[in-house]
Amino acid sequence: MRSTSCPGQARLVLLLVGPALLAPLALGAPASPAGAAASAGGSVSLVAYSTPKPAFAKLISAFTAPPAGSGTTFSQSYGPSGTQATAVTQGLPADVVNFSLSPDMQKLVKAGIVSSKWSAGPTQGFVTDSIVSFVVRPGNPKHITSWADLVKSGVQVITPNPFSSGSAKWNLMAAYGAELAQGKSKVQATAYLSALLKNTVAQPSSASNALQTFLSGQGDVLLDYEDDALYAKSKGEPVTVVTPPQTILIQNPIAVTSDASNPKAAKAFVAFLLSSVGQKIWGQQGYRPVLPKVAAQFKFPAPKKLFTITSLGGWTKVNLVFFTPGTGVVAKIEQGLGVSTSSG
Amino acid sequence: MTARWRWPLRVVAFGYLALLVVIPVGSVFYRAFEHGFATAWDAVTTPDALHALFLTLIVVLIAVPLDTVFGVGVALILARHRFPGSWLLDALVDIPLAISPVVIGLSLILVYGKSGWFGNWLAAHGIQVIFSLPGIVMASAAVALPYVVREVLPVLLEIGTEQEQAAATLGAGPFTTFRRITLPSIRRSLAYGVTLTTARVLGEFGAVVIVSGAIAGRTQTLTLFIQDGIENLNPTGAYAGAVILALLALLVLIVLGGDPERRKRRWRSPSDQFPSDSETPSLSTT
Amino acid sequence: MGLSVPALGGVPAGRGRRRIDRMIGRVAGPSLAVTYLSLLVLLPVAAILSRALSGGFGAFWQAVSQPEAVAALKLTLVCSLGVAVFNSLAGLVIAWVLVRDDFPGKRVVGAVIDLPFALPTVVAGLTLLTLYGPDSPFGVNVAGTRAGIVLALAFVTLPFCVRSVQPVLAELDRETEEAAASLGASSATVLRRVVLPSVAPGMLAGAGLAFARAIGEFGSVVLISGNLPFKTEVASSWIYSLSQSDDLSAAAAVSVVLIAISLAVLIAIGLLRRRFEIDETV
Repeated sequence: MRSTSCPGQARLVLLLVGPALLAPLALGAPASPAGAAASAGGSVSLVAYSTPKPAFAKLISAFTAPPAGSGTTFSQSYGPSGTQATAVTQGLPADVVNFSLSPDMQKLVKAGIVSSKWSAGPTQGFVTDSIVSFVVRPGNPKHITSWADLVKSGVQVITPNPFSSGSAKWNLMAAYGAELAQGKSKVQATAYLSALLKNTVAQPSSASNALQTFLSGQGDVLLDYEDDALYAKSKGEPVTVVTPPQTILIQNPIAVTSDASNPKAAKAFVAFLLSSVGQKIWGQQGYRPVLPKVAAQFKFPAPKKLFTITSLGGWTKVNLVFFTPGTGVVAKIEQGLGVSTSSG
Repeated sequence: MTARWRWPLRVVAFGYLALLVVIPVGSVFYRAFEHGFATAWDAVTTPDALHALFLTLIVVLIAVPLDTVFGVGVALILARHRFPGSWLLDALVDIPLAISPVVIGLSLILVYGKSGWFGNWLAAHGIQVIFSLPGIVMASAAVALPYVVREVLPVLLEIGTEQEQAAATLGAGPFTTFRRITLPSIRRSLAYGVTLTTARVLGEFGAVVIVSGAIAGRTQTLTLFIQDGIENLNPTGAYAGAVILALLALLVLIVLGGDPERRKRRWRSPSDQFPSDSETPSLSTT
Repeated sequence: MGLSVPALGGVPAGRGRRRIDRMIGRVAGPSLAVTYLSLLVLLPVAAILSRALSGGFGAFWQAVSQPEAVAALKLTLVCSLGVAVFNSLAGLVIAWVLVRDDFPGKRVVGAVIDLPFALPTVVAGLTLLTLYGPDSPFGVNVAGTRAGIVLALAFVTLPFCVRSVQPVLAELDRETEEAAASLGASSATVLRRVVLPSVAPGMLAGAGLAFARAIGEFGSVVLISGNLPFKTEVASSWIYSLSQSDDLSAAAAVSVVLIAISLAVLIAIGLLRRRFEIDETV
């Protein structure tokens, strides 16, 4: 054993690991959870942000199910919206892309991967809607029902870090826009953001981390997408979802890429997602359908005042003004809070 | 070791290990099997899970030997030759640790990606590095680069060169000397280095998530699969996957026999035939 | 030098073969090593450096001197240094107990030490948050504090600190210690003058690894820390934010600073190690 230590041990490892390698081959690991047989329908690469993965599982099943089943196979990739967009510009194969906010789609337009006409359709290029909600402890012990409650002393807020998470940007613009919707001035709305961030006890790097942080016992209220909150609830997590009286309409863009390897199947899939059948499944998964007829079938809570990012200037302007690292409004607020409270 | 210190040292060591290792690792196992073994088993035998495991194993089988060979080679260079700038090589080896894994991933894209330094050359030759297996292997090998070097180098320096020089004067070439003299004496630390490297490659997430594109069933390693499970609030699958990673690391350690107490004998007798009483003067004294 | 060539046997076969051996050993080996290092590390680091300076030195300085970057860097350095020192000491104690002590279950304990390493950082982070956060079954809540950051860093760096010292300690020659003790030296003296100098290179290596890992660590720290800007946001998290905000040049700039600091510390440790090693190999 001694003098052949190196090759001998390598052999041993291979011996032990070999069977493990053969097993998946024997099972013929198919490339998608839907397990649809590859046939005339071809293959579609879906690249999306992380939240809709469970929804897509259901949608793909429905799309590929007989009798109308197209026999298409899917490869799926999920991750943080911004990272996914960058990956596609770097060559990640994608036929259908679905992001959590439009600037990420703009990245692809700029790189020539998506046509600038992606938002020209009847739904302006959006496949699902949602809103920013409050997630609180079961029974809402601190009676948090409005934005004003969030800045009361003793209330602990959790929101992701707006510089690393698209979700957090929606949250903060919902807060800002809610103040404007209540008739406050821009200065007052900015002051509100400052008070909100002062009450924030954690700014995790992603929405999913924020949810985990909240579930671990920290904070009284989490700002999150409504569909994410509903999903957590459906999974049995101890949360109550509260709809704020004023909130922002989250619109998630979708598009078929211009260099799709299978444009026909890709377009068919997107058409399915925008059809009544597809939209109904989205609704069942907690996303607000973009088709009004289908939306009417669901009883999503209706906030008194619902506004869009367009009314706040659109993402390009908002990103520049609020979220530029170091010089944006939010960055300056964080700095102010940090300098006054950091003890070095 | 004086008996007086035995219990205080034990308390400190065990307490620290309990707090930092046993309880957290135990908690992972607990959460994996919380809902029964069958549930955990089902969660890690889905096609995606199995493929993730398969991919992880392939990455380990390529990246770890590469890092091991490199590690032993560099350790030998640093231990046996003092050349100008060896201090720099020494420090450079540890650099991957200082870089956040996300940055390692991004830097690999900057070099090997579509618009990276070698992007055009790679595309012209039809080689896909990023979003494919080579990229994952490179990212994994990069983050685990230093461990073999760091384990082996101190021991190489501790044991000195006398035996190797003796072998050389007897006519043995460098390879033979390495195989018969050096290798057996660094076996223990090499085993640790390889185990650390393997464990690190198994557990790597940040760099891999960037360079792999996380395509389920294709470029999704087990760590990515686990992350998916946590994000989608399917903890059983995630923790069961983590248990598999832990068991794999354990397996490697056991197979390589890095346990130092298996043979209580001194380094200076690489051949088993000679008793441990030394004929050669000790080197490790002040 | 580790290249696999069919065994030449122990029989010297003439100067020709030895010359080839030597050539492969002295030229091919190091060249291969440097190539590997370049492909995997040096080129990517060069790419980061190039990207960091792509906007000129002014942009680089602006990115690095931004208050949030400075706060994150300060926090990271303090915590990483602390963990490196603390864990090397803990590692020494644990390695000592593993090597010199005997108790049932020692093999298990020894094997378990590497496991935190094999866990993906996200699992480590979540587990630590669950165990030592608000819902802690032990009533220990370090979530959102620096203690939490140090705890997470200690968790991922412990294997280095133990495994760097363990083999050196195991190889240590007991005779010298016994001789010193029999000549009347106290345990403390034996420790200080016989044992410590021998394990110092290993300890320093472990501390260096721990420090380097700690300053780059993201996944396991970011959950338990709470990630509050200017308070508990570590440098790697700020770098992540910059990269997600599409400010890759700034992300690269802050990374370069981290790499530079790490290099400086590692070089210092390397020099210290050499001092001990020169004493050793006299």
